[in-house]
Amino acid sequence: MTVGVMNNGKIRRRPAWASPLIFGVIVIAVAVFSFMKNPSVTEAVMSAMIRFAVPLMLGALCGIYCERAGIVNIGIEGQMLLSAFTAYMTNVWTGNLILALLAGALTGALLGYFLAVISIKLKLNQIIGGTVINILAIGITGFFYQVGMTTKGKFGPIRLGPLAKIPLVGPVLFNNPPITYIAFLMVIISHIIFFHTRWGLRTRAVGEHPRAADTLGIDVFKTRYLNTIIGGALAGLAGAFLTLEGVGTFERNMTNGRGFIALAVMIFGKWNPIGSALAALLFGLANALQTQLQFMGINIPHQFIGMIPYALTIVVVSGFIGRSRPPAAEGTPYEKE
Amino acid sequence: MKTTTDTPVLETKDITKTFPGTLANSKVSIRLEQGEVLALLGENGAGKTTLMNIIYGLYDQDSGEIFLNGEPYNIRNPHDAIAAGIGMVHQHFMLVPVFTVLENIMLGAEVMKGPFLNKTQARQEILELSNRYGLEVDPDAVVEDLPVGIQQRVEILKALFRDVKILILDEPTAVLTPQEIQELFQIMRHLTESGVSIVFITHKLKEVLEIADRIVIMRRGEVVGEANPRQVSEHDLANLMVGREVSLVVDKSEAAPKGVQFEVKDLVVKDPMKGLAVNHVSFAVRAGEVLGIAGVQGNGQTELAEAMTGLRKHEGGTVWISGMETPQANPRALVEHGMAHIPEDRHKHGLILQYPLTDNFVLCTYYKEPYSKHGVRNKKAILTTAEELIKRFDVRTPSAFISAGDLSGGNQQKVIVARELSRDVSVVIANQPTRGLDVGSIEYIHKTLIRLRDEGAAVLVISSELDEIMSLSDRIAVMYRGEIVDVVDAKQTTREELGLLMAGSKS
Amino acid sequence: MEQKTPSKNNWLMTIWRTIRVPLLAILSALLVGAVILLVSGADPLKAYAALFKGAFGNANYLKRTLEKTTPLIFAGLSVTFAFKAGLFNIGAQGQLLMGAITAGFLGFAIKGLPPVLHIVLALLGGCAAGAFYGLIPGLLRSYSGAHEVITTIMLNYIAINLTDYLADGPWKDRSGTNVIARLPLIEDSARIPFFGPVPVGFIIAILIAFIIWYMLERTNFGFEINSVGLNSHASRYAGMKTKLLMTSALVVAGLLAGFGGSVETLGVVGRFQPGFNAGLGFDGITVALLGRSNPFGVILSSLLLGAMKGGANVMQFDAKVPHEIIDVIQSMMLFFVTADLVIRKLFRIIKDTGGEVTLTAGWGQK
Repeated sequence: MTVGVMNNGKIRRRPAWASPLIFGVIVIAVAVFSFMKNPSVTEAVMSAMIRFAVPLMLGALCGIYCERAGIVNIGIEGQMLLSAFTAYMTNVWTGNLILALLAGALTGALLGYFLAVISIKLKLNQIIGGTVINILAIGITGFFYQVGMTTKGKFGPIRLGPLAKIPLVGPVLFNNPPITYIAFLMVIISHIIFFHTRWGLRTRAVGEHPRAADTLGIDVFKTRYLNTIIGGALAGLAGAFLTLEGVGTFERNMTNGRGFIALAVMIFGKWNPIGSALAALLFGLANALQTQLQFMGINIPHQFIGMIPYALTIVVVSGFIGRSRPPAAEGTPYEKE
Repeated sequence: MKTTTDTPVLETKDITKTFPGTLANSKVSIRLEQGEVLALLGENGAGKTTLMNIIYGLYDQDSGEIFLNGEPYNIRNPHDAIAAGIGMVHQHFMLVPVFTVLENIMLGAEVMKGPFLNKTQARQEILELSNRYGLEVDPDAVVEDLPVGIQQRVEILKALFRDVKILILDEPTAVLTPQEIQELFQIMRHLTESGVSIVFITHKLKEVLEIADRIVIMRRGEVVGEANPRQVSEHDLANLMVGREVSLVVDKSEAAPKGVQFEVKDLVVKDPMKGLAVNHVSFAVRAGEVLGIAGVQGNGQTELAEAMTGLRKHEGGTVWISGMETPQANPRALVEHGMAHIPEDRHKHGLILQYPLTDNFVLCTYYKEPYSKHGVRNKKAILTTAEELIKRFDVRTPSAFISAGDLSGGNQQKVIVARELSRDVSVVIANQPTRGLDVGSIEYIHKTLIRLRDEGAAVLVISSELDEIMSLSDRIAVMYRGEIVDVVDAKQTTREELGLLMAGSKS
Repeated sequence: MEQKTPSKNNWLMTIWRTIRVPLLAILSALLVGAVILLVSGADPLKAYAALFKGAFGNANYLKRTLEKTTPLIFAGLSVTFAFKAGLFNIGAQGQLLMGAITAGFLGFAIKGLPPVLHIVLALLGGCAAGAFYGLIPGLLRSYSGAHEVITTIMLNYIAINLTDYLADGPWKDRSGTNVIARLPLIEDSARIPFFGPVPVGFIIAILIAFIIWYMLERTNFGFEINSVGLNSHASRYAGMKTKLLMTSALVVAGLLAGFGGSVETLGVVGRFQPGFNAGLGFDGITVALLGRSNPFGVILSSLLLGAMKGGANVMQFDAKVPHEIIDVIQSMMLFFVTADLVIRKLFRIIKDTGGEVTLTAGWGQK
């Protein structure tokens, strides 16, 4: 890994996941402590945390794949929304959850391809490209959605044998529906891909200095296309999670800003899969606690808890707690001359 | 070390390449023999880099063929070039700044262990290579933390890691001290001895004569001659390169300096990466003289210039014009004090390329009468000035409404010179004033600077071209690692003395 | 080769060259919309006819259209002004909300003021709130390097949460049986009146558009804003205070958006209600780009989008077409107008010099 190297004692490079990790440790400590006092509530809060975190995690991974390759994606929200819709419709039509899941991922991938064409081939402003996707998704889902459709159900939890019996950890981590497992798996796989494989090294090079990559015989365009499509598929999974696993049904504009929180999560995690996963869990926890606090009679208006991810992101991009640096070539189309 | 064989390792036949509006290469044919250093000599814009980019697969030629060891070889992209054993060190390094040396070197030629990168083995291979060729470098250092000289080594290692047979070096000496240049030449000789053939692109005559086995001269996209370094003089080469008789010296009379008009006292500029970029620098320029600041690129000249001209904050020291202290980081106040600034990067600082010439001519004075009144612009007055300056400074343009970006580099520089020097100025700071220009424009700008000197301005010229510094200056200050190591009389110093000073050794 | 002043013919050609791509983009978007309508079994001609009728059919419809157009002009001007300084203001939404809620609050909380004074006061309050909300990303961009795209997106959601809280908490309408989150109705003295069928807010918007045009084209401040947008390094070299300029560009952008929100609250809705203008920020981007980042272009493109939004209800009723088709068409207009390459290829236009927009790319610091 490039980050995390001490250099001549001159520049300290903190690992990308350092600040989220600190938060993570605090969270675990608090969780263990409260579990000893009140097991069932803690379990509920932790499970809710995971439920909130999964779409953010997948959305952030989408952002990481795109941006590490140099494509800014603010269309995650739209990718999630449209995928949630197609996954839902497939579920309505076929009743086959696996097909529905694939439909969601495929929709995301297609929108990823659309963004890639916009940014790579047409060389448009990528922020406008993302905005097009967002408005388009609202329009299409709203136009084709009809109230009163029913499905045969949603994904249920899969118990992972003896692992599910571990106190606290078992029910929270090892008794989940499939997309949740996929999300965690994708975090780990993505981390390995980015920092320990040829594809990852080349992708990062393309996002930092595409011309350098080009002079070494790396196909910049192909790398960007594939990563944006993979990212789109992950955003599609996030959407599918909402309609197939989380809510179980579709509502107009149901993503409700999650795509933008995912962006926040990505930045907070410094464009690093594990860092972002931790950040997603942190934001998930804030959301989960909000419901719990209300039960406990502590009345912090939920809107204030809702603001936390956004406020934290502003703090992070402003460099108030450790600067996070985006890939250098991000947002600029590559010209072969 | 030249071992003559019948078939050249690389040969181009009638390569032609046009860009919109320019013929970059016109039927260019060159040969590269096994184990030789072939120098490709030419002015900026002569088409050297274009030719090499075609050979390296970055551009497609419009017509013409490339032969490797006598066989025609179709190079569509860098991948093909690398596969054919061609390596290229670009003028602007192609390194990923946030990657380690190791990652940069293995990128595109990764050492794998199953599906994963094998960094341990790659590290070993790199260390072996760097030992064999004397290219010492820490594989785990992050590239952006390394000085340019070391970065260049990484670039060469990158090529060696790919087992190159043909190495193209594009203006490799621009960023090096004379001593580092000697080291590079050592490495080059070492490489040719082990069978590598080298194409050395440059516009510096002395280097060509020193290292090349053969010289090919290019001008305006064409090969205009070939020379044997043992049989030609610098003067001959210069004439071939430019295409007419050139005088290597600027025609100027003896300076008649008066009192101190510009002074820098104890200037300190900090750089987050490098520490002290400008380390307690003091000097003075008198009215009617040219002070040149020599030094290898990246020794603090840019920071010094930016601090003096208000583009950058400085952490200590003061800047004085005509005996008055100027406020810091305030370019407008300096303009008001009578400073003219020809910036190092004319596209970044000097012009707003999308603006028409009219707006560019008043870029620093738009807020003054008659160009505006009570905050409202007077476009008529601006046009009048623009048309006058176009005439006076001989800017070649169809109209004053043309975007600055549509002019040639030489004419763009003339726009800047016209804008800056048409004001009533007492101090001129010219930073790399002729970089990337053709000889005609260079002569014009040199003449203008000398004219201003003779009219009584204090002129400061910063340049990494030693020839430019030596021919323009009355006195020469040499900068090394953020310090002025010495100030010498231009008439009495020698190239060797300056070279030593540029490498930091004080005589 | 001398061509000092463009002749009149030339001038017309320039306008034509500027507007042809947006026009073709609109046409293409309508075509895409028609295809989608066809696929879903509706009759596009009938739908578009109903849309047109709903937008301009009678005085009432026209009034609605103008009401819808007004905030779009402000949002479009807001995005345009930031564009000129090379900044991408995705935050018009949040700035508009802050302006709207402030104006709404001043509208109901102050009692007994004479009408004009009350309106002016509430408008000023709304503008100030919007300007403040533009100041935050402005300062962050200039002094910490945080990219405005990110900060303004985040600030949008903070504004949504904050206004939600105020509308459901301290400033909630507690009258009668009200349970939904909203502010009380504004006083009659704070209501912006009509001028025949034309809302006075619309007239104000046109006026502001003219002022913004004059500012950008004719004043030193506008020259400086344009310069910073095109090349901030050269602007600093030229002695301009680039950080201050970038900050003020976002302040002006925020002010314009806040102005729009206030006019909407005081002239149309009559109170602040969360969600009443969701999406206006993105509409502002569409309008600005469709209008080629020219204030007069913004008026025209706002009228177009306003007509579509105004006519959508009638279309939904008459032609049984969900009004979301408007969003689809809008996204396609945005796509085609930025993808002028596609448009040029489709319609074989070789060269175009009309109103270019320079944008900073990505959110790399600096």
